[in-house]
Amino acid sequence: MSKITFIDYQGNQTEVEATNGDSVMEAATQNDVPGIDADCGGACACATCHVYVDAEWMDKVGKPGDLEADMLEVADGVQDNSRLSCQISMSDDLDGLVVSTPESQY
Amino acid sequence: MGNTGNVVIIGASHAAAEAISTLRRAGWPGQITLIGDELELPYQRPPLSKAYFKGELEFAKLLLKNEAFYDKAQVNVLLGKRATKLDRQQQSVMLDNGESVFYSHLILATGTRARHLPVAGHDLPQIKVLRTRADVDDIKSALPQGGKLLIVGAGYIGLEVAASAIKNNIDVTVLEAQERVLSRVTGEHVSGFFQKRHAKEGVDIRLGASLQSFVNQGAKAYAKLGTGEDIPFDCAIVGIGVVPNVELAQDAGLACDNGILVDEYARTNDANIFAVGDCANHFSALYRNRIRLESVPNAVAQAKTAALFICGKPQPYNQLPWFWSDQYDIKLQTAGLLSGYDRSEIQGDPDEAKFTVSYYKQDKLIALDAINAPAEFMKAKKAIIEALSAN
Ligand SMILES: Cc1cc2nc3c(=O)[nH]c(=O)nc-3n(C[C@H](O)[C@H](O)[C@H](O)COP(=O)(O)OP(=O)(O)OC[C@H]3O[C@@H](n4cnc5c(N)ncnc54)[C@H](O)[C@@H]3O)c2cc1C
Ligand code: FES
Repeated sequence: MSKITFIDYQGNQTEVEATNGDSVMEAATQNDVPGIDADCGGACACATCHVYVDAEWMDKVGKPGDLEADMLEVADGVQDNSRLSCQISMSDDLDGLVVSTPESQY
Repeated sequence: MGNTGNVVIIGASHAAAEAISTLRRAGWPGQITLIGDELELPYQRPPLSKAYFKGELEFAKLLLKNEAFYDKAQVNVLLGKRATKLDRQQQSVMLDNGESVFYSHLILATGTRARHLPVAGHDLPQIKVLRTRADVDDIKSALPQGGKLLIVGAGYIGLEVAASAIKNNIDVTVLEAQERVLSRVTGEHVSGFFQKRHAKEGVDIRLGASLQSFVNQGAKAYAKLGTGEDIPFDCAIVGIGVVPNVELAQDAGLACDNGILVDEYARTNDANIFAVGDCANHFSALYRNRIRLESVPNAVAQAKTAALFICGKPQPYNQLPWFWSDQYDIKLQTAGLLSGYDRSEIQGDPDEAKFTVSYYKQDKLIALDAINAPAEFMKAKKAIIEALSAN
Protein backbone atom coordinates (compact mmCIF):
# COMPACT_ATOMS: atom_id res chain seq x y z
CA MET A 1 0.00 0.00 0.00
CA SER A 2 1.14 3.54 -0.68
CA LYS A 3 -0.33 6.90 0.20
CA ILE A 4 -1.63 9.49 -2.24
CA THR A 5 -2.75 12.99 -1.29
CA PHE A 6 -5.26 14.70 -3.58
CA ILE A 7 -5.68 18.46 -3.31
CA ASP A 8 -8.78 19.91 -4.92
CA TYR A 9 -8.96 23.35 -6.55
CA GLN A 10 -10.06 24.90 -3.27
CA GLY A 11 -7.14 23.43 -1.39
CA ASN A 12 -9.03 20.63 0.40
CA GLN A 13 -6.86 17.56 0.92
CA THR A 14 -7.94 13.93 0.76
CA GLU A 15 -5.52 11.18 1.62
CA VAL A 16 -6.08 7.64 0.36
CA GLU A 17 -4.26 4.32 0.56
CA ALA A 18 -3.61 2.79 -2.84
CA THR A 19 -2.74 -0.80 -3.64
CA ASN A 20 0.47 -1.03 -5.60
CA GLY A 21 -0.34 -1.68 -9.24
CA ASP A 22 -3.56 0.35 -9.08
CA SER A 23 -3.59 3.58 -11.01
CA VAL A 24 -3.88 6.93 -9.27
CA MET A 25 -7.27 7.28 -10.96
CA GLU A 26 -8.47 3.94 -9.54
CA ALA A 27 -7.40 4.93 -6.05
CA ALA A 28 -9.34 8.18 -6.46
CA THR A 29 -12.58 6.78 -7.87
CA GLN A 30 -12.74 3.76 -5.55
CA ASN A 31 -12.45 6.12 -2.60
CA ASP A 32 -14.78 8.70 -4.16
CA VAL A 33 -12.18 11.49 -4.19
CA PRO A 34 -13.81 14.59 -5.72
CA GLY A 35 -12.39 16.22 -8.85
CA ILE A 36 -11.75 13.11 -10.94
CA ASP A 37 -14.49 11.89 -13.29
CA ALA A 38 -12.71 9.08 -15.17
CA ASP A 39 -15.56 8.56 -17.63
CA CYS A 40 -13.72 5.87 -19.59
CA GLY A 41 -12.57 3.92 -16.56
CA GLY A 42 -8.90 4.14 -17.43
CA ALA A 43 -8.94 3.43 -21.17
CA CYS A 44 -7.02 6.65 -21.83
CA ALA A 45 -9.96 7.74 -23.98
CA CYS A 46 -11.60 10.62 -22.11
CA ALA A 47 -9.06 12.90 -20.38
CA THR A 48 -11.46 13.40 -17.44
CA CYS A 49 -8.90 12.06 -14.96
CA HIS A 50 -6.53 14.99 -15.45
CA VAL A 51 -4.27 15.84 -12.48
CA TYR A 52 -1.35 18.16 -11.76
CA VAL A 53 1.59 16.35 -10.28
CA ASP A 54 3.30 18.08 -7.35
CA ALA A 55 6.65 19.55 -8.42
CA GLU A 56 8.63 17.31 -6.06
CA TRP A 57 7.14 14.18 -7.61
CA MET A 58 7.53 15.07 -11.27
CA ASP A 59 10.72 13.08 -11.83
CA LYS A 60 9.49 9.94 -10.15
CA VAL A 61 6.12 10.01 -11.91
CA GLY A 62 7.72 10.59 -15.28
CA LYS A 63 6.43 11.77 -18.63
CA PRO A 64 3.20 10.75 -20.36
CA GLY A 65 3.22 8.06 -23.05
CA ASP A 66 2.44 8.92 -26.69
CA LEU A 67 -1.31 8.38 -26.61
CA GLU A 68 -1.64 10.21 -23.31
CA ALA A 69 0.53 13.10 -24.53
CA ASP A 70 -1.75 13.42 -27.58
CA MET A 71 -4.83 13.63 -25.39
CA LEU A 72 -3.20 16.16 -23.08
CA GLU A 73 -2.07 18.29 -25.98
CA VAL A 74 -5.66 19.42 -26.49
CA ALA A 75 -7.23 19.02 -23.04
CA ASP A 76 -8.29 22.13 -21.09
CA GLY A 77 -6.02 23.75 -18.52
CA VAL A 78 -2.95 21.69 -19.34
CA GLN A 79 0.35 22.58 -17.64
CA ASP A 80 3.84 21.10 -17.73
CA ASN A 81 2.97 18.89 -14.76
CA SER A 82 -0.29 17.57 -16.23
CA ARG A 83 -0.88 13.83 -16.37
CA LEU A 84 -3.85 11.55 -16.89
CA SER A 85 -4.09 9.81 -13.55
CA CYS A 86 -5.30 6.54 -15.06
CA GLN A 87 -1.87 6.21 -16.66
CA ILE A 88 0.11 6.53 -13.43
CA SER A 89 0.59 3.17 -11.75
CA MET A 90 1.22 3.17 -7.99
CA SER A 91 4.31 1.56 -6.50
CA ASP A 92 6.47 1.92 -3.39
CA ASP A 93 8.46 4.56 -5.26
CA LEU A 94 5.39 6.77 -5.37
CA ASP A 95 4.42 6.32 -1.70
CA GLY A 96 3.43 9.79 -0.47
CA LEU A 97 2.56 11.14 -3.93
CA VAL A 98 0.81 14.52 -4.04
CA VAL A 99 -1.39 15.58 -6.96
CA SER A 100 -3.96 18.31 -7.41
CA THR A 101 -7.17 18.18 -9.37
CA PRO A 102 -8.59 20.87 -11.66
CA GLU A 103 -11.83 22.71 -10.89
CA SER A 104 -13.63 20.86 -13.68
CA GLN A 105 -12.76 17.93 -15.93
CA TYR A 106 -14.41 19.49 -18.99
CA MET B 1 -32.09 10.86 8.74
CA GLY B 2 -35.69 9.79 9.32
CA ASN B 3 -38.18 12.13 7.76
CA THR B 4 -36.09 13.74 5.07
CA GLY B 5 -36.91 11.20 2.40
CA ASN B 6 -35.44 8.16 0.71
CA VAL B 7 -33.91 8.19 -2.76
CA VAL B 8 -34.37 4.69 -4.13
CA ILE B 9 -32.23 3.66 -7.07
CA ILE B 10 -33.17 0.59 -9.11
CA GLY B 11 -30.27 -0.97 -11.02
CA ALA B 12 -26.81 -1.11 -9.41
CA SER B 13 -24.35 -0.12 -12.10
CA HIS B 14 -22.55 2.89 -13.59
CA ALA B 15 -25.45 5.31 -13.22
CA ALA B 16 -26.23 4.20 -9.67
CA ALA B 17 -22.68 4.62 -8.37
CA GLU B 18 -22.50 8.12 -9.78
CA ALA B 19 -25.94 9.07 -8.47
CA ILE B 20 -24.97 8.04 -4.93
CA SER B 21 -21.71 9.94 -5.07
CA THR B 22 -23.35 13.10 -6.38
CA LEU B 23 -26.30 12.91 -3.95
CA ARG B 24 -24.00 12.89 -0.94
CA ARG B 25 -21.63 15.52 -2.32
CA ALA B 26 -24.53 17.82 -3.10
CA GLY B 27 -25.77 17.38 0.45
CA TRP B 28 -28.72 14.96 0.23
CA PRO B 29 -29.62 14.58 3.92
CA GLY B 30 -32.02 11.63 3.68
CA GLN B 31 -31.72 7.91 3.08
CA ILE B 32 -30.46 6.26 -0.07
CA THR B 33 -31.48 2.73 -1.04
CA LEU B 34 -29.83 0.81 -3.85
CA ILE B 35 -31.65 -2.16 -5.38
CA GLY B 36 -29.83 -4.39 -7.87
CA ASP B 37 -30.55 -7.85 -9.22
CA GLU B 38 -26.89 -8.69 -9.80
CA LEU B 39 -24.90 -9.94 -6.81
CA GLU B 40 -22.04 -7.45 -7.09
CA LEU B 41 -21.66 -3.84 -6.06
CA PRO B 42 -21.61 -1.55 -9.13
CA TYR B 43 -18.72 -2.43 -11.43
CA GLN B 44 -17.37 -1.30 -14.79
CA ARG B 45 -18.98 -3.05 -17.72
CA PRO B 46 -16.67 -1.98 -20.59
CA PRO B 47 -13.76 -4.25 -19.51
CA LEU B 48 -16.09 -7.28 -19.63
CA SER B 49 -15.44 -7.65 -23.35
CA LYS B 50 -11.85 -6.39 -23.12
CA ALA B 51 -9.31 -6.80 -20.29
CA TYR B 52 -11.59 -8.87 -18.03
CA PHE B 53 -12.43 -11.26 -20.86
CA LYS B 54 -8.74 -11.69 -21.62
CA GLY B 55 -8.11 -12.44 -17.96
CA GLU B 56 -5.85 -9.40 -17.52
CA LEU B 57 -7.96 -7.82 -14.78
CA GLU B 58 -9.34 -9.51 -11.71
CA PHE B 59 -12.91 -8.70 -10.79
CA ALA B 60 -12.04 -6.65 -7.70
CA LYS B 61 -10.41 -4.10 -10.00
CA LEU B 62 -13.68 -3.53 -11.82
CA LEU B 63 -15.58 -2.20 -8.80
CA LEU B 64 -16.50 1.43 -9.41
CA LYS B 65 -16.33 2.32 -5.69
CA ASN B 66 -15.01 0.26 -2.82
CA GLU B 67 -17.28 -1.21 -0.17
CA ALA B 68 -16.35 1.45 2.38
CA PHE B 69 -17.81 4.11 0.09
CA TYR B 70 -21.34 2.68 0.44
CA ASP B 71 -20.96 2.47 4.22
CA LYS B 72 -19.72 6.01 4.45
CA ALA B 73 -22.50 7.25 2.19
CA GLN B 74 -24.92 5.28 4.42
CA VAL B 75 -26.53 3.49 1.53
CA ASN B 76 -28.99 0.73 2.23
CA VAL B 77 -27.64 -1.77 -0.32
CA LEU B 78 -30.03 -4.50 -1.47
CA LEU B 79 -28.23 -6.77 -3.94
CA GLY B 80 -29.51 -9.93 -5.58
CA LYS B 81 -33.02 -8.48 -5.43
CA ARG B 82 -35.25 -7.58 -8.30
CA ALA B 83 -37.78 -4.79 -8.30
CA THR B 84 -41.00 -6.25 -9.67
CA LYS B 85 -43.56 -3.48 -9.45
CA LEU B 86 -43.92 0.24 -8.80
CA ASP B 87 -46.82 1.72 -6.92
CA ARG B 88 -46.83 5.41 -7.75
CA GLN B 89 -49.72 6.24 -5.42
CA GLN B 90 -48.04 4.67 -2.40
CA GLN B 91 -44.59 5.69 -3.69
CA SER B 92 -43.26 2.20 -3.15
CA VAL B 93 -41.23 -0.42 -4.98
CA MET B 94 -42.10 -4.11 -4.63
CA LEU B 95 -39.23 -6.60 -4.56
CA ASP B 96 -39.15 -10.23 -5.64
CA ASN B 97 -38.78 -11.36 -2.02
CA GLY B 98 -42.13 -9.79 -1.13
CA GLU B 99 -40.68 -6.75 0.64
CA SER B 100 -41.50 -3.23 -0.39
CA VAL B 101 -39.47 -0.05 -0.11
CA PHE B 102 -40.92 3.45 0.12
CA TYR B 103 -39.37 6.31 -1.80
CA SER B 104 -39.55 10.07 -1.83
CA HIS B 105 -37.59 10.06 -5.10
CA LEU B 106 -37.04 7.11 -7.40
CA ILE B 107 -34.21 6.80 -9.93
CA LEU B 108 -34.68 4.12 -12.56
CA ALA B 109 -31.29 2.94 -13.76
CA THR B 110 -32.33 -0.44 -15.09
CA GLY B 111 -30.17 -0.37 -18.23
CA THR B 112 -30.71 -2.77 -21.09
CA ARG B 113 -30.74 -6.48 -21.79
CA ALA B 114 -29.47 -8.39 -24.80
CA ARG B 115 -31.87 -8.61 -27.71
CA HIS B 116 -33.32 -12.06 -28.27
CA LEU B 117 -32.41 -13.95 -31.45
CA PRO B 118 -35.56 -15.47 -32.90
CA VAL B 119 -34.17 -18.65 -34.51
CA ALA B 120 -34.75 -22.31 -33.74
CA GLY B 121 -32.39 -23.66 -31.11
CA HIS B 122 -31.72 -20.24 -29.55
CA ASP B 123 -32.25 -21.78 -26.12
CA LEU B 124 -29.46 -24.36 -26.32
CA PRO B 125 -27.25 -24.18 -23.22
CA GLN B 126 -24.18 -23.21 -25.29
CA ILE B 127 -25.84 -19.99 -26.44
CA LYS B 128 -25.09 -17.00 -24.23
CA VAL B 129 -25.31 -13.25 -24.03
CA LEU B 130 -22.74 -10.87 -22.58
CA ARG B 131 -24.03 -8.16 -20.26
CA THR B 132 -22.73 -9.05 -16.83
CA ARG B 133 -19.72 -10.35 -14.96
CA ALA B 134 -21.61 -13.61 -14.39
CA ASP B 135 -22.15 -13.90 -18.17
CA VAL B 136 -18.41 -13.58 -18.87
CA ASP B 137 -17.46 -16.13 -16.22
CA ASP B 138 -20.05 -18.50 -17.67
CA ILE B 139 -18.80 -17.99 -21.24
CA LYS B 140 -15.20 -18.53 -20.24
CA SER B 141 -15.97 -21.75 -18.42
CA ALA B 142 -17.79 -22.98 -21.54
CA LEU B 143 -14.70 -22.39 -23.72
CA PRO B 144 -11.94 -24.97 -23.51
CA GLN B 145 -8.35 -24.08 -24.51
CA GLY B 146 -8.37 -23.80 -28.28
CA GLY B 147 -12.17 -24.03 -28.27
CA LYS B 148 -14.51 -22.57 -30.85
CA LEU B 149 -16.43 -19.39 -30.18
CA LEU B 150 -19.21 -18.20 -32.45
CA ILE B 151 -20.26 -14.57 -32.23
CA VAL B 152 -23.55 -13.53 -33.74
CA GLY B 153 -23.52 -9.83 -34.57
CA ALA B 154 -20.54 -7.65 -35.47
CA GLY B 155 -21.22 -4.68 -33.21
CA TYR B 156 -18.74 -3.13 -30.78
CA ILE B 157 -19.19 -5.81 -28.14
CA GLY B 158 -19.05 -8.72 -30.59
CA LEU B 159 -15.87 -7.44 -32.20
CA GLU B 160 -14.23 -6.62 -28.88
CA VAL B 161 -14.88 -10.14 -27.67
CA ALA B 162 -13.55 -11.50 -30.99
CA ALA B 163 -10.31 -9.56 -30.49
CA SER B 164 -10.00 -10.65 -26.86
CA ALA B 165 -10.78 -14.32 -27.55
CA ILE B 166 -8.44 -14.75 -30.49
CA LYS B 167 -5.60 -13.39 -28.37
CA ASN B 168 -6.40 -16.19 -25.92
CA ASN B 169 -6.06 -18.78 -28.71
CA ILE B 170 -9.76 -19.32 -29.12
CA ASP B 171 -11.03 -19.99 -32.62
CA VAL B 172 -13.45 -17.20 -33.51
CA THR B 173 -16.16 -16.97 -36.17
CA VAL B 174 -18.37 -13.87 -36.43
CA LEU B 175 -21.71 -13.96 -38.24
CA GLU B 176 -23.08 -10.63 -39.42
CA ALA B 177 -26.33 -10.27 -41.33
CA GLN B 178 -25.34 -6.91 -42.85
CA GLU B 179 -22.76 -6.45 -45.59
CA ARG B 180 -20.28 -4.78 -43.24
CA VAL B 181 -19.30 -4.85 -39.56
CA LEU B 182 -20.38 -2.08 -37.14
CA SER B 183 -22.98 -0.97 -39.68
CA ARG B 184 -25.21 0.50 -36.98
CA VAL B 185 -22.55 2.72 -35.46
CA THR B 186 -20.06 3.79 -38.08
CA GLY B 187 -19.46 4.49 -41.77
CA GLU B 188 -17.84 2.36 -44.45
CA HIS B 189 -14.22 3.45 -43.97
CA VAL B 190 -14.12 2.41 -40.35
CA SER B 191 -16.06 -0.80 -41.01
CA GLY B 192 -13.62 -1.74 -43.75
CA PHE B 193 -10.65 -0.99 -41.54
CA PHE B 194 -11.88 -3.25 -38.73
CA GLN B 195 -12.87 -6.05 -41.11
CA LYS B 196 -9.35 -6.12 -42.52
CA ARG B 197 -7.71 -6.11 -39.14
CA HIS B 198 -9.87 -8.89 -37.72
CA ALA B 199 -9.25 -11.01 -40.81
CA LYS B 200 -5.51 -10.45 -40.42
CA GLU B 201 -5.67 -11.59 -36.80
CA GLY B 202 -7.42 -14.78 -37.90
CA VAL B 203 -11.05 -14.00 -37.05
CA ASP B 204 -13.39 -15.60 -39.58
CA ILE B 205 -15.94 -12.87 -40.34
CA ARG B 206 -18.97 -13.89 -42.40
CA LEU B 207 -20.81 -10.88 -43.80
CA GLY B 208 -24.33 -11.10 -45.22
CA ALA B 209 -24.69 -14.33 -43.25
CA SER B 210 -28.14 -15.78 -42.84
CA LEU B 211 -28.35 -17.83 -39.68
CA GLN B 212 -31.16 -20.40 -39.89
CA SER B 213 -30.93 -22.31 -36.63
CA PHE B 214 -28.76 -23.83 -33.92
CA VAL B 215 -28.62 -27.59 -33.37
CA ASN B 216 -26.88 -29.90 -30.94
CA GLN B 217 -25.10 -32.92 -32.43
CA GLY B 218 -22.91 -35.04 -30.22
CA ALA B 219 -20.39 -33.00 -28.26
CA LYS B 220 -20.69 -29.90 -30.42
CA ALA B 221 -23.37 -27.45 -31.29
CA TYR B 222 -23.71 -26.13 -34.84
CA ALA B 223 -25.01 -22.97 -36.44
CA LYS B 224 -26.82 -23.75 -39.68
CA LEU B 225 -26.45 -21.11 -42.37
CA GLY B 226 -28.66 -20.36 -45.34
CA THR B 227 -25.82 -21.50 -47.63
CA GLY B 228 -26.12 -25.02 -46.20
CA GLU B 229 -22.90 -24.70 -44.22
CA ASP B 230 -22.76 -25.87 -40.59
CA ILE B 231 -20.43 -24.00 -38.23
CA PRO B 232 -19.45 -25.93 -35.09
CA PHE B 233 -18.97 -24.15 -31.77
CA ASP B 234 -18.43 -24.78 -28.06
CA CYS B 235 -20.05 -21.54 -27.11
CA ALA B 236 -21.98 -18.83 -28.99
CA ILE B 237 -22.52 -15.23 -27.93
CA VAL B 238 -25.51 -13.42 -29.33
CA GLY B 239 -24.69 -9.72 -29.64
CA ILE B 240 -27.34 -8.29 -31.91
CA GLY B 241 -28.13 -5.21 -29.87
CA VAL B 242 -30.04 -4.55 -26.69
CA VAL B 243 -33.50 -3.56 -25.55
CA PRO B 244 -34.06 -1.08 -22.74
CA ASN B 245 -35.53 -2.43 -19.47
CA VAL B 246 -38.65 -0.29 -19.39
CA GLU B 247 -41.24 -2.78 -18.12
CA LEU B 248 -41.33 -1.49 -14.53
CA ALA B 249 -41.90 2.04 -15.81
CA GLN B 250 -44.33 1.04 -18.51
CA ASP B 251 -46.49 -1.06 -16.19
CA ALA B 252 -46.66 1.90 -13.83
CA GLY B 253 -47.92 4.11 -16.63
CA LEU B 254 -44.77 6.16 -17.24
CA ALA B 255 -44.28 7.36 -20.81
CA CYS B 256 -41.92 5.10 -22.78
CA ASP B 257 -40.81 5.01 -26.40
CA ASN B 258 -37.53 3.23 -27.04
CA GLY B 259 -36.62 3.90 -23.41
CA ILE B 260 -38.23 5.77 -20.55
CA LEU B 261 -38.95 9.30 -21.73
CA VAL B 262 -37.19 12.00 -19.72
CA ASP B 263 -36.49 15.69 -20.03
CA GLU B 264 -33.15 17.49 -19.75
CA TYR B 265 -33.26 17.03 -15.95
CA ALA B 266 -33.77 13.25 -16.29
CA ARG B 267 -37.38 13.62 -15.08
CA THR B 268 -40.09 11.24 -16.24
CA ASN B 269 -43.71 12.31 -16.43
CA ASP B 270 -43.99 11.56 -12.69
CA ALA B 271 -42.41 14.40 -10.68
CA ASN B 272 -40.84 11.99 -8.17
CA ILE B 273 -39.42 9.54 -10.69
CA PHE B 274 -36.24 9.94 -12.73
CA ALA B 275 -34.70 7.67 -15.36
CA VAL B 276 -31.02 7.69 -16.29
CA GLY B 277 -28.47 5.83 -18.39
CA ASP B 278 -29.13 3.14 -21.00
CA CYS B 279 -32.84 2.80 -20.09
CA ALA B 280 -33.63 6.50 -20.57
CA ASN B 281 -34.57 8.33 -23.72
CA HIS B 282 -33.87 12.05 -23.43
CA PHE B 283 -34.28 15.12 -25.56
CA SER B 284 -30.90 16.26 -26.83
CA ALA B 285 -30.83 20.02 -27.23
CA LEU B 286 -27.69 19.61 -29.38
CA TYR B 287 -29.21 17.18 -31.89
CA ARG B 288 -32.75 18.54 -31.41
CA ASN B 289 -33.97 15.02 -31.22
CA ARG B 290 -34.90 12.35 -28.72
CA ILE B 291 -32.06 9.88 -28.21
CA ARG B 292 -31.32 6.83 -26.13
CA LEU B 293 -27.61 6.26 -25.67
CA GLU B 294 -25.72 3.18 -24.58
CA SER B 295 -22.53 4.55 -23.10
CA VAL B 296 -20.87 5.03 -19.75
CA PRO B 297 -20.31 8.80 -20.12
CA ASN B 298 -24.04 9.25 -20.76
CA ALA B 299 -25.04 7.07 -17.80
CA VAL B 300 -22.68 8.98 -15.50
CA ALA B 301 -23.69 12.46 -16.66
CA GLN B 302 -27.42 11.71 -16.54
CA ALA B 303 -27.12 10.22 -13.07
CA LYS B 304 -25.38 13.39 -11.94
CA THR B 305 -28.18 15.45 -13.48
CA ALA B 306 -30.91 13.55 -11.63
CA ALA B 307 -29.03 13.66 -8.32
CA LEU B 308 -28.40 17.41 -8.57
CA PHE B 309 -32.05 18.03 -9.38
CA ILE B 310 -33.13 16.02 -6.33
CA CYS B 311 -30.76 18.12 -4.20
CA GLY B 312 -32.32 21.31 -5.51
CA LYS B 313 -29.34 22.24 -7.66
CA PRO B 314 -30.70 21.66 -11.17
CA GLN B 315 -28.29 21.65 -14.11
CA PRO B 316 -29.67 20.59 -17.48
CA TYR B 317 -28.01 17.64 -19.21
CA ASN B 318 -26.50 18.62 -22.50
CA GLN B 319 -23.41 16.54 -23.18
CA LEU B 320 -22.11 15.60 -26.56
CA PRO B 321 -22.48 11.81 -26.90
CA TRP B 322 -19.19 9.99 -27.29
CA PHE B 323 -17.97 6.40 -27.34
CA TRP B 324 -14.84 4.36 -27.43
CA SER B 325 -13.88 0.84 -28.33
CA ASP B 326 -10.60 -1.02 -27.80
CA GLN B 327 -9.76 -3.89 -30.14
CA TYR B 328 -6.20 -5.26 -30.37
CA ASP B 329 -3.97 -2.18 -30.16
CA ILE B 330 -6.57 0.00 -31.85
CA LYS B 331 -8.37 2.74 -30.03
CA LEU B 332 -11.55 3.93 -31.71
CA GLN B 333 -13.08 7.09 -30.28
CA THR B 334 -16.29 8.51 -31.67
CA ALA B 335 -17.43 12.05 -30.95
CA GLY B 336 -21.08 12.82 -31.67
CA LEU B 337 -23.76 10.82 -33.45
CA LEU B 338 -23.40 10.16 -37.16
CA SER B 339 -26.97 9.14 -37.92
CA GLY B 340 -28.32 11.09 -40.88
CA TYR B 341 -24.93 12.16 -42.27
CA ASP B 342 -24.86 12.95 -45.98
CA ARG B 343 -21.11 13.20 -46.54
CA SER B 344 -17.99 11.78 -44.93
CA GLU B 345 -14.36 12.73 -45.29
CA ILE B 346 -11.36 10.61 -44.40
CA GLN B 347 -8.05 12.11 -43.18
CA GLY B 348 -4.91 10.09 -42.61
CA ASP B 349 -4.07 6.59 -43.71
CA PRO B 350 -6.02 3.49 -42.66
CA ASP B 351 -3.03 1.36 -43.67
CA GLU B 352 -1.05 3.07 -40.96
CA ALA B 353 -3.89 2.49 -38.48
CA LYS B 354 -4.11 6.20 -37.70
CA PHE B 355 -6.90 8.18 -39.33
CA THR B 356 -10.12 10.07 -38.77
CA VAL B 357 -13.45 10.17 -40.56
CA SER B 358 -15.56 13.31 -40.29
CA TYR B 359 -19.31 13.04 -40.83
CA TYR B 360 -21.29 16.00 -42.13
CA LYS B 361 -24.96 16.78 -42.46
CA GLN B 362 -25.70 19.74 -44.72
CA ASP B 363 -22.05 20.77 -44.36
CA LYS B 364 -22.28 20.78 -40.59
CA LEU B 365 -19.85 18.53 -38.72
CA ILE B 366 -22.03 16.15 -36.67
CA ALA B 367 -19.62 13.34 -35.74
CA LEU B 368 -16.06 12.10 -36.04
CA ASP B 369 -14.46 8.67 -35.74
CA ALA B 370 -10.85 8.77 -34.59
CA ILE B 371 -8.69 5.67 -35.00
CA ASN B 372 -5.59 5.97 -32.80
CA ALA B 373 -5.97 9.73 -33.09
CA PRO B 374 -6.93 10.99 -29.63
CA ALA B 375 -5.95 14.61 -30.20
CA GLU B 376 -8.26 14.84 -33.21
CA PHE B 377 -11.01 13.26 -31.16
CA MET B 378 -10.60 15.83 -28.39
CA LYS B 379 -10.66 18.70 -30.88
CA ALA B 380 -13.68 17.29 -32.69
CA LYS B 381 -15.69 17.15 -29.46
CA LYS B 382 -15.40 20.92 -29.22
CA ALA B 383 -15.87 21.55 -32.94
CA ILE B 384 -19.05 19.45 -33.10
CA ILE B 385 -20.61 21.19 -30.11
CA GLU B 386 -19.87 24.51 -31.81
CA ALA B 387 -21.28 23.36 -35.14
CA LEU B 388 -24.45 21.99 -33.55
CA SER B 389 -24.98 25.02 -31.33
CA ALA B 390 -24.66 27.50 -34.22
CA ASN B 391 -27.89 29.13 -35.46
C1 LIG C 1 -19.53 -6.02 -22.74
C2 LIG C 1 -19.85 -4.56 -22.73
C3 LIG C 1 -18.91 -3.64 -23.17
C4 LIG C 1 -19.18 -2.28 -23.17
N1 LIG C 1 -18.23 -1.40 -23.59
C5 LIG C 1 -18.46 -0.07 -23.52
C6 LIG C 1 -17.46 0.88 -23.87
O1 LIG C 1 -16.34 0.52 -24.27
N2 LIG C 1 -17.75 2.19 -23.74
C7 LIG C 1 -18.97 2.63 -23.29
O2 LIG C 1 -19.17 3.84 -23.16
N3 LIG C 1 -19.94 1.76 -22.97
C8 LIG C 1 -19.71 0.43 -23.08
N4 LIG C 1 -20.72 -0.45 -22.74
C9 LIG C 1 -22.04 0.07 -22.37
C10 LIG C 1 -22.07 0.49 -20.92
O3 LIG C 1 -21.64 -0.56 -20.11
C11 LIG C 1 -23.46 0.95 -20.54
O4 LIG C 1 -23.76 2.10 -21.28
C12 LIG C 1 -23.58 1.25 -19.05
O5 LIG C 1 -23.29 0.11 -18.29
C13 LIG C 1 -24.95 1.79 -18.72
O6 LIG C 1 -25.06 1.93 -17.35
P1 LIG C 1 -26.48 1.93 -16.63
O7 LIG C 1 -26.17 2.19 -15.19
O8 LIG C 1 -27.41 2.81 -17.35
O9 LIG C 1 -27.09 0.47 -16.83
P2 LIG C 1 -26.50 -1.07 -16.83
O10 LIG C 1 -25.04 -1.01 -16.73
O11 LIG C 1 -27.13 -1.71 -17.95
O12 LIG C 1 -27.06 -1.60 -15.46
C14 LIG C 1 -28.41 -1.80 -15.18
C15 LIG C 1 -28.52 -2.70 -13.96
O13 LIG C 1 -29.86 -2.77 -13.53
C16 LIG C 1 -30.19 -4.09 -13.22
N5 LIG C 1 -31.65 -4.22 -13.27
C17 LIG C 1 -32.46 -4.12 -14.36
N6 LIG C 1 -33.76 -4.26 -14.00
C18 LIG C 1 -33.77 -4.44 -12.66
C19 LIG C 1 -34.81 -4.64 -11.71
N7 LIG C 1 -36.10 -4.69 -12.06
N8 LIG C 1 -34.47 -4.80 -10.39
C20 LIG C 1 -33.16 -4.75 -9.99
N9 LIG C 1 -32.14 -4.55 -10.87
C21 LIG C 1 -32.45 -4.41 -12.18
C22 LIG C 1 -29.44 -4.87 -14.28
O14 LIG C 1 -29.31 -6.24 -13.98
C23 LIG C 1 -28.11 -4.14 -14.25
O15 LIG C 1 -27.30 -4.63 -13.22
C24 LIG C 1 -20.45 -1.83 -22.74
C25 LIG C 1 -21.41 -2.76 -22.31
C26 LIG C 1 -21.12 -4.11 -22.29
C27 LIG C 1 -22.16 -5.09 -21.82
S1 FES D 1 -9.97 7.69 -17.08
FE1 FES D 1 -10.37 8.26 -19.11
S2 FES D 1 -8.44 9.00 -19.76
FE2 FES D 1 -8.07 8.43 -17.71
